[in-house]
Order: sequence, then structure tokens, then C-alpha cells
Amino acid sequence: MEQNENFLQVRDLVVEYTSGGQVVHAVNGVSLSLDRGQTLGLVGETGAGKTTIAKAILDILPNPPAKVRSGEILVDGQDILKLSEHEKLKIRGNKIAMIFQDPMTALNPVMSVGEQITEAVLLHNDFTRTQAEARTVEMLEMVGIPGQRYVEFPHQFSGGMKQRVVIAMALACDPELLLADEPTTALDVTIQAQVLEMINDLKTKLNTSMILITHDLGVVAETCDNVAVIYAGKIVEFGTKRDLFKAPAHPYTLGLFDSLPKMDDDSKELHPIPGLPPDPTNLPRGCSFHPRCPRATEACSREGEIPMIELSPGHFCRCIRTGGNN
Amino acid sequence: MTEAKTNMTRKKSRKQSMFLAVLKRILKNPVSCIGLIILLILILSAVFAPLLAPYSITEMDYDSIYALPSLKHPFGCDKLGRDLFSRCLYGGRYSLSLGFIAAICGFTFGQVFGIMVGYAGGKVDNIAMRICDVLQAIPGNLLAILISTTLGSGFGNTILAMTVGGLAGSVRSTRAMCLKEREMEYLQAAKSINCSRATIMYKHMLPNIVAPAIVGTTMSIGGTIMGAAGLAYIGLGIQPPLPEWGAMLSAGREQILYYPHLMIFPGLCIAVTVLAINLFGDGLRDAIDPKLKD
Repeated sequence: MEQNENFLQVRDLVVEYTSGGQVVHAVNGVSLSLDRGQTLGLVGETGAGKTTIAKAILDILPNPPAKVRSGEILVDGQDILKLSEHEKLKIRGNKIAMIFQDPMTALNPVMSVGEQITEAVLLHNDFTRTQAEARTVEMLEMVGIPGQRYVEFPHQFSGGMKQRVVIAMALACDPELLLADEPTTALDVTIQAQVLEMINDLKTKLNTSMILITHDLGVVAETCDNVAVIYAGKIVEFGTKRDLFKAPAHPYTLGLFDSLPKMDDDSKELHPIPGLPPDPTNLPRGCSFHPRCPRATEACSREGEIPMIELSPGHFCRCIRTGGNN
Repeated sequence: MTEAKTNMTRKKSRKQSMFLAVLKRILKNPVSCIGLIILLILILSAVFAPLLAPYSITEMDYDSIYALPSLKHPFGCDKLGRDLFSRCLYGGRYSLSLGFIAAICGFTFGQVFGIMVGYAGGKVDNIAMRICDVLQAIPGNLLAILISTTLGSGFGNTILAMTVGGLAGSVRSTRAMCLKEREMEYLQAAKSINCSRATIMYKHMLPNIVAPAIVGTTMSIGGTIMGAAGLAYIGLGIQPPLPEWGAMLSAGREQILYYPHLMIFPGLCIAVTVLAINLFGDGLRDAIDPKLKD
């Protein structure tokens, strides 16, 4: 069953936003694959293109301004970008569901939350209305919201509860692939743990694959199998969780780890990565990280694509200074 | 299952109570309450005109030509001796229905197409907006006159004339609301759970942008009645002997210096209606603002 092994494959995805005559290079040739039941973490700074990748997979990027320039997104062997709108409907929601990042805007302010979940349930199952409503109540209670709040509106919920509603909605249709866009960012730590546990339970129960977008490396350590580090719309390092945490190779990944507080470190200050992410309308030549990179040499800023180097089986790094040269 | 059932009933009561809540908020506001009462009186008196009117609208009393208001003829009589009070009552039927129908047509058209255009964006949007530009380049009144003269006068054509003038504006404003709303993530969320385009547009988007349009429409009813009165005044629109308020104004203008009551009473009817609608519309705007949920 080769189909099953590579449930999701993204090849050379390029997404651009056009705004005011300027082209924003949000995603520049991302390739990744995901097996059934696996979790892939997408880690990177704000604006690195993580959310854009997820939305491109669902093909819900608002167009204009966003445009998928090239690339393939294969779900179960079918290229989503080539499907007709009608065929896409079978995949969206049924096979893929997304947990949106901002629960404040991801819920329709004029529909009761129960109604919104019921709508999703009805669209994907041959349920009667009563069954669908029962299922909704069940989902709400699963995420820790009392069933009688079915009739309440989003503005009557707190931010964390809204986030849980969004999660309930995504899980209501038992998706095969879950795109979780910072599902825990808006939550406090106790609820965060509950939500992660809940997502993990579901994953094992239904063999759901998941792409987890986050900038919390702790969350990555807890949930992911593989990790992709994204910088300026490109994957700069890809490997198993073990590879990445034990032997981070790319200077950017090293920088990310350095900017975390450590238990066994006595130094008084953290070491954040200097500078800011590059302007996506005008990316630096060569390696996009070289202006901030402590190890950069002249070769790094030379024109041309930096290739991915396989350091060990399954562990890739996009840096010319690693892979033996160090 | 029983739980779900109680849910259902709860939800129904909730939906009802939303309508009731809006009504309650309108009634709480004394100004809009007065507007609503005046409006109801006007509508009811137009509906029950046959019962209320002391005379028929075409009945001529040769003894009371140009009669001033008296107990026999509360609003006086016109140049053919027809009772002005009865004609004003009946006139409400034409003026009010004209105003409401034209406003509702404009509202429906504006919402349906405005959302389509706003949600589709890109080329569709561009083309539709250029068509709106062309329509809006002609002043609304002029367009109404143009339509009335081309198609002829009469009730239906007057409604058409009054509707077309405002279409471009209402499509444009709905589209503008959509542009703001279409970037919102909940629409992407709706798309991600597999909602069809029509569902997204009319179930998710519409309720979010409809409130200002409802208020705008209520306000425009007054304007439409005035517009139709204007058409009738210059001899287009609804024709005599039908007693539309504007037509009555127009008929009375010949004698404005000697018998001003011929113009005062129909004019007063129009003014009171417009005032009532504006008062009500103001209260409605506050009542349906989702941010003012109590």
C-alpha cells in the first residue's frame, strides 16, 4: 500500500501574495511528505510561511491576493490543485480539517457555536439533524465545554473556549489529516496540555496524520514525529524529532535552540538570533539566512539555490557550511 | 437523543428570542417607539381605508369645491369637490406600498448581487463596478424620469423607476462590506469544512453584513416615497385620478396661493411618513447592532 505510506506529499510548492504591485514570496519551493498516523511539526518565525503552507494544502487561500505559482499537493495520490471545485469538496473537511490559528476570527460571529459545528457534521455525514446535534454536543463536551452552551454565540466565549470550539469543529468530521495551526498558542498552559493530549488521543484512535504549526519547541518535543524548520518560505532543516533535538545542523535551528532558556545552563542571558526575518518582497540572494547567520561566508550570498544536503538518512539540511565542511 | 431534543427546543426559543430581543430594544427606545407607532397607524389606515374613508375617492360634491377643512370634510375638498381626507387615506395605499416594494426590491437585488460581486472579486468585481460607475454617472432622479418617460407612467413602472436609480449604490455598498468580510478567517474555515460557495455567501457572509443594509433600506423608504412624489409632481409616476400623495400635491399646486390646504395635507402625509420611518430606522440601527447585545 504505497498510497497509504505517503498520505500527503507536497512538491515544490510556491505561493506568492500580490499586494500593491509588490510580490511577496511567502512560500518558495517547499517539499514535504507525511505518512499516515504521523505528526509533522512546522517550526519557524512569524511570517515564515507556515500558515500559508497549511492553507495551500486545503486550497483555501484567498485568491487574490494569494496565488499558488507552482507545485503539487498530493493527498492519497490525488493532486489537489488540479481537482475541480466539485472534487475538492470531497477532500476538504472529510479528509483534511484545519484548526485555525486565531479563534477570534475563525468563528462566524452571528451563528451559535453549536450551529457552526452541526453544519460541519451535517456536511460530512448522513446524519439527521437530531443525530448531528447530539454529535455536536458530544464534541463540545469532549473539548470540555458544557453541552448546554450549544446555543451561545462566539462573543459569549472566552478566547480559550473559542479555541476549543474551533478544535471541536475540526475534529467533528474525523479527518484523516489535521492541519493544526498553532492550536495551543491562545491557551493557558493547563488547557494547552489537555488539548495536546486530546489531539494525541484522537491521532492514535483514528490514525490521523497531523501537521502541527507552532513556534513552541516544547510542543514539538511532546507531539511530533518529524520536524521541518521553515525560514523565509523554505525548509531549512528536516528530520526526525530525535535528529533535530540531538543534532541540530542548520545555523537557524541552532539559533532557535539557543534562544530557549535551559535548565542546565548557568548563563544569565538568552542568545536570540540577531536581526529580523528578511523582507519577503526582496529576499537576500543565495541563502536567505546569511545576513543573520554567524557562520556565513562569502559563498553563502552567491546567487543560486542552496541544495538540501542529507546529513544522515532522513535528516536534511539546507546549508553549504554543514555536511562535512565544518 | 432526549438531550438533543431539548437542544432543539432551546434553539428555537433562542431564534425567536433574538427577534423578540430586537423588538424589545426598539420598544425601549422612546424615539423609535414613536416612529413605529406612527408608521403602524399610517399602514393600518391605508389598509382599512375603505372602512375609514367617509367618501369614495371619486365622489364629487359640487357644493364643496375647494371647501376648506370642516367637520364634514376634515381635510377639505379639491377642485372637483372630492373629499381630501378619503383621498389621503387611499393615497397611503399607493405611496406606502410603492415605497416599501421599491425599497425591498432594491435591498434584495443589492444584497444578492453585491455579495456575489464582492465574494467573487477579481474580474467579475471589476466589470460589475464599471457597470455601476456608468449607472451612477446618471443622477438617480434623472434615471427615474428617463425610465418613466420611456416605459410610461403607472404603478409598476414607477416602482421600477424608483428601484433602478438606487441599485448601483446598494450593490456597491454591499460589495464594500463584503470586501471587508471576505478576508475573515471564518469564511476560510467555512470553506475548509466543505461549505459550497452559495452557503458561504448567503449563510455565513450575509448575516454579517446585512444589518447596515436593513437600516439603510428603512431609511430609503422615505426617500423613495419622496422620489415617487417628485415623479408624480412633474406628471410622471402614478396618474390621476388615483390618489397617490405626490400626485395630489402636484394637482394642488395650481391653487397653492388661494387654497393651500390642497397641498398641505398630502404634503403632511408624506412628511409624517418619512419622519416616522427615519425615527424607526434610527432605533432599528441601534437594536440590531450585534455589539450592543445585552
